[in-house]
Amino acid sequence: MGISPVLWQFLVNWLHSSALFPTEASTIAPYTDALYFFLIGMTIFGVVLVGALVTVFSLKYRREKHPVAVQIEGSTLLEATWTIIPLAIFLVTFVWGALLYFRIYNPPANSMNIYVVGKQWMWKAEHPGGQHEINALHIPIGQPVQLTMISQDVFHSFSIPDFRVKREVIPGRYTTVWFQATQTGKFHIFCTQYCGTLHSGMIGEVTAMTPADYQKWLSESTSGMSLAQNGERLFASLGCIQCHSGNAASRGPNLAGVYGSKLTLTNGQQVTVNDAYLRDAILNPSEHVTAGFSPIMPTYQGQVSEDGLIDLVEYIKNMQSNYRVHQTLMTSDSDKAAPTTPTTGTTQER
Amino acid sequence: MSATTIVSLPDQATAQMPKRSYLNNEHGLLSWLLTADHKRIGMLYLLSITFFFFIGGAFAGLIRLELLTPQPDLVASDTYNKFFTMHGIVMIFLFLVPSVPATLGNFLLPIMIGAKDLAFPKINLLSWYLYMAGGIFTLASLVLGGVDTGWTFTTPLSTHYLNTHVLTTATAIFIAGFSSIFTGLNFIVTIHRMRAPGMTWFRMPLFCWSQYAASLLMVLGTPVLAIAIVLLALERLFGIGVFDPAKGGDPLLFQHLFWFYSHPAVYIMILPGMGVISEVISTFTRKRVFGYTAVAFSSVAIALFGFFVWAHHMFIMGVSNYSALVFSLLTMLVAVPSAIKIFNWAFTMQKGSITFETPMLYAFGFIGLFTIGGLTGIFLGSLGMDVHLTETYFVVAHFHFVMVGGMLMAFLAGIHFWWPKLTGRMYPESLSKLAAVVTFIGFNLTFLPQFVVGYLGMPRRYHAYPAEYQVLNVLSTAGATILGVGYMLPILYLGWSLKYGAIAGNNPWQATGLEWQIQSPPLTENFLETPIITHEAYDYEWLEEKMKLEKQEVTHVG
Amino acid sequence: MPREHAVHDEHDEHHSLPQLRHHFETEEQQREAGSFGMWLFLLTEIMFFGGMFMAYLLYRNWYYPAFAAASNQLNVPLGAINTAILITSGFFMALGVWAAEVRKKSTLVLMLVLTAVFGLAFLGVKSDEYYEKYEKHHIPGNSFNISEFVNPPINAKTGKPTEEPLMPDMAQKTQVFFFLYFAMTGMHAFHMIIGLFLLVWLIWRAQRGDFTSGYVAPIENFGLYWHFVDIVWLFLFPLLYLINRHPFK
Repeated sequence: MGISPVLWQFLVNWLHSSALFPTEASTIAPYTDALYFFLIGMTIFGVVLVGALVTVFSLKYRREKHPVAVQIEGSTLLEATWTIIPLAIFLVTFVWGALLYFRIYNPPANSMNIYVVGKQWMWKAEHPGGQHEINALHIPIGQPVQLTMISQDVFHSFSIPDFRVKREVIPGRYTTVWFQATQTGKFHIFCTQYCGTLHSGMIGEVTAMTPADYQKWLSESTSGMSLAQNGERLFASLGCIQCHSGNAASRGPNLAGVYGSKLTLTNGQQVTVNDAYLRDAILNPSEHVTAGFSPIMPTYQGQVSEDGLIDLVEYIKNMQSNYRVHQTLMTSDSDKAAPTTPTTGTTQER
Repeated sequence: MSATTIVSLPDQATAQMPKRSYLNNEHGLLSWLLTADHKRIGMLYLLSITFFFFIGGAFAGLIRLELLTPQPDLVASDTYNKFFTMHGIVMIFLFLVPSVPATLGNFLLPIMIGAKDLAFPKINLLSWYLYMAGGIFTLASLVLGGVDTGWTFTTPLSTHYLNTHVLTTATAIFIAGFSSIFTGLNFIVTIHRMRAPGMTWFRMPLFCWSQYAASLLMVLGTPVLAIAIVLLALERLFGIGVFDPAKGGDPLLFQHLFWFYSHPAVYIMILPGMGVISEVISTFTRKRVFGYTAVAFSSVAIALFGFFVWAHHMFIMGVSNYSALVFSLLTMLVAVPSAIKIFNWAFTMQKGSITFETPMLYAFGFIGLFTIGGLTGIFLGSLGMDVHLTETYFVVAHFHFVMVGGMLMAFLAGIHFWWPKLTGRMYPESLSKLAAVVTFIGFNLTFLPQFVVGYLGMPRRYHAYPAEYQVLNVLSTAGATILGVGYMLPILYLGWSLKYGAIAGNNPWQATGLEWQIQSPPLTENFLETPIITHEAYDYEWLEEKMKLEKQEVTHVG
Repeated sequence: MPREHAVHDEHDEHHSLPQLRHHFETEEQQREAGSFGMWLFLLTEIMFFGGMFMAYLLYRNWYYPAFAAASNQLNVPLGAINTAILITSGFFMALGVWAAEVRKKSTLVLMLVLTAVFGLAFLGVKSDEYYEKYEKHHIPGNSFNISEFVNPPINAKTGKPTEEPLMPDMAQKTQVFFFLYFAMTGMHAFHMIIGLFLLVWLIWRAQRGDFTSGYVAPIENFGLYWHFVDIVWLFLFPLLYLINRHPFK
């Protein structure tokens, strides 16, 4: 921008104080606002230009002053001008907007991940440490935060106007959005996609805090179990552990370190393992059979909630070795060897 | 009272109501309900869309009233949701889509190209009955308890989560869709096959070009909406999973099919309005439209590009980045023909001889508001900007600027412009000027604040909202009140003018169109003998010659 | 329809034929307008079916094994017979247009009747196929049963399953195939039923002699419609019945 920083600050402050303009609370916001002001400028220029033409012609060529019209066919030069100049401006807007779009939707590598589940009519945020919040989201400032979001029922849309970010939350697939807050405070969360009766009640609040405060909040609101720990429990109780044991002879692929790796499937497709892949492989396993394995995994559609899937994904994501898998298996094997006891729910469930 | 403000209307002073016209050719209600006359069908449409306009407008009023305060205090949430759903459905499918084509288009298109009627008069009547059937289904769903899907019918909300009259409304839209398919089909065939001798494509008034472009969109787009609605209804009836992710369906597929129609539908709504503006501006500047060919082709270009931009409604829904790029680029391209039109209209005024009757005032309103509406569309077509603005009141303001500021202004411009031709009588000029100004002020007061509140982040379709947005919402509601007055006025004085308006004569505006060379209101067969066209559209010199000849004839006889 | 406007036509001397509608200048113009309108209408029909073809292509891409397995459940011989029936029907329709043009009334009526008979035969075979789907619980909805895809019947000779068994999650997706099968063939059949009603009306008018005095437009336009319905089937048959059938190894 060619605007001096002082002038820019003045403009921003003035607009804030008259409540015509949302807070710039994330790193994205100034970029969005710059494009916004450019576009506002373009609009004002366009309207003034057209308005001036119409007014001047109206005054100059009104019937009283100009009783006989002069017939003009048109002018290729003029018409080319007002084809090419708008086109050029629109193309600038296109490139600018595209760059901004990529900035908004491509998270930095070091961002921390928080899961969000949308359902009629609330937002549920789940921090990796197991902290759950409803219609609220606590985040540290100065740290990129990525949200991995999914809906349990209908389309929702997660929007934080002060951060200038928004993303549709869709049933059946993960979508992500990221931001980095720059100032502490409380900001609105809106559901912007119409989602049924209490659509306008599906609102919440982001609390942006200093990293130290955030750590304090995390430790105060922990429920004791992290998402990965919940996931580990599910992994055992759903029986995943039996096939994905990491042993050479096991029927399912080894999952330790699988996150982020590239897999070849039986149909020859190459895939990168990410959250969406893991979730889909649990629900629709026969579309995602790793090469060299048989399609024997049952589907877990309808058996695990979206929360449970998040726990499982988080567990597999953080699984660096099969040490704990083996530990659990050994314990349950010894349970099996022992006379049946009602406490071993994990094995009986199968 | 009107004659004083209109300059040089030679044949108006001596004008008489013709003894025979399409209005009194046959009598009785049945002669109207069974008519195959395009003019009568146009009038039937005019009555029915006005009725639905005020129903849709009543819902808009209720919405604005609820939003006067941040609290959800006027009605319950589900009632509010039904309000905006009905407002959207009625206004889009029962008012905007048929507005100019089905009324003015029906009435004028055959006359403008020198034909006696549309190619298929009975299909034309059928399409009115289909429209009414769609309207009755809509009213039925309203009376039975309403529907709250929003006019976009987003799945799976509409298929699995709502317990309102979705199927009745879907039927209504399905049926009304066929009405617009048949209208479009009729127009295209008529323009291709029914032009009078000498009426080449490039001698057609621009109104016909814009109707043609809009008809293409109706014919090609509406069937896709129809099939999307059928699949939606089947899914809702039988619990089948075409769009249900739990059963392997893709909810985004519905969005694609829906917007494949509903984006071009925007151009179905605006293109005919642009045609009206071309006629009005040319007439009141007494000048050929600047760059006729460019304006004609830009209509067709809008129609063509219009089919390839639908996914710009889905930028934040996880379409791939690259398809988002392509759709954004195409969106930018579709904006260019609109810009061309605006400048061509402005330059039509250059060296003209301009007067400022009511249609011209509405046309000025159109140019101003449509420029804002179009340019704010660039905000939304620009990918990164769209992320923040989509699904907020910014979008609401944008499309109201285009649809209401654009199309409704054009519709009113057209109604006033052709009112003498439709009825044979003039509307009261000063009162209608007042209405035009009131509408313009009311409109801006209603929708300009919504841009601001949208950038602040207020989501659309919200029943209650954070208190800090109240000031802007109060402004908007106040504007809506003024706007309401602006829309009530024409109903009153146009009704009054049917009986008491000054007699118009054949050509009160001294316009060049073929429709102005025949009596007002026209005969059932339009022309006494098939006209042979030897001049371009908007040829004012030809008109002058013709007037001179007619005057001579009169003096000879006298 | 021509009679109602006869009143308006009286005073216009060049309106020689009774079927010429008052608002057309010449009969040729009327005929061209009619067939042009019909072509446009068929274009809208293409867009209408296009939505379903789009859905079919998308899901076939996603759920290839399920679509292959479900496609194997369709009865190819019956489908092939039906294709032949429909083409024959179209052939008689074309003959009908010819008969109208050469003004042979009895031939025209016969051809139209044959067209209708073959059209009915097509619907008969189709309903037989639908009934088979009903018996097998392959109609999407609550009674839909995937057991046949999960545990295919065992071939007595080889002792192996006749089909490759699908995992339950993939087998569920066969429902998407059958839904599209029913939606597409059902919509096609619906067009045929409308066509049959029109045919009955045309036969009634043809035996009255309406179309054998030089006024063939209704027959021609109906012919266009009927051929369009044929062509839709010629796309549906390979898409639903034939492609990606994989004989189980």
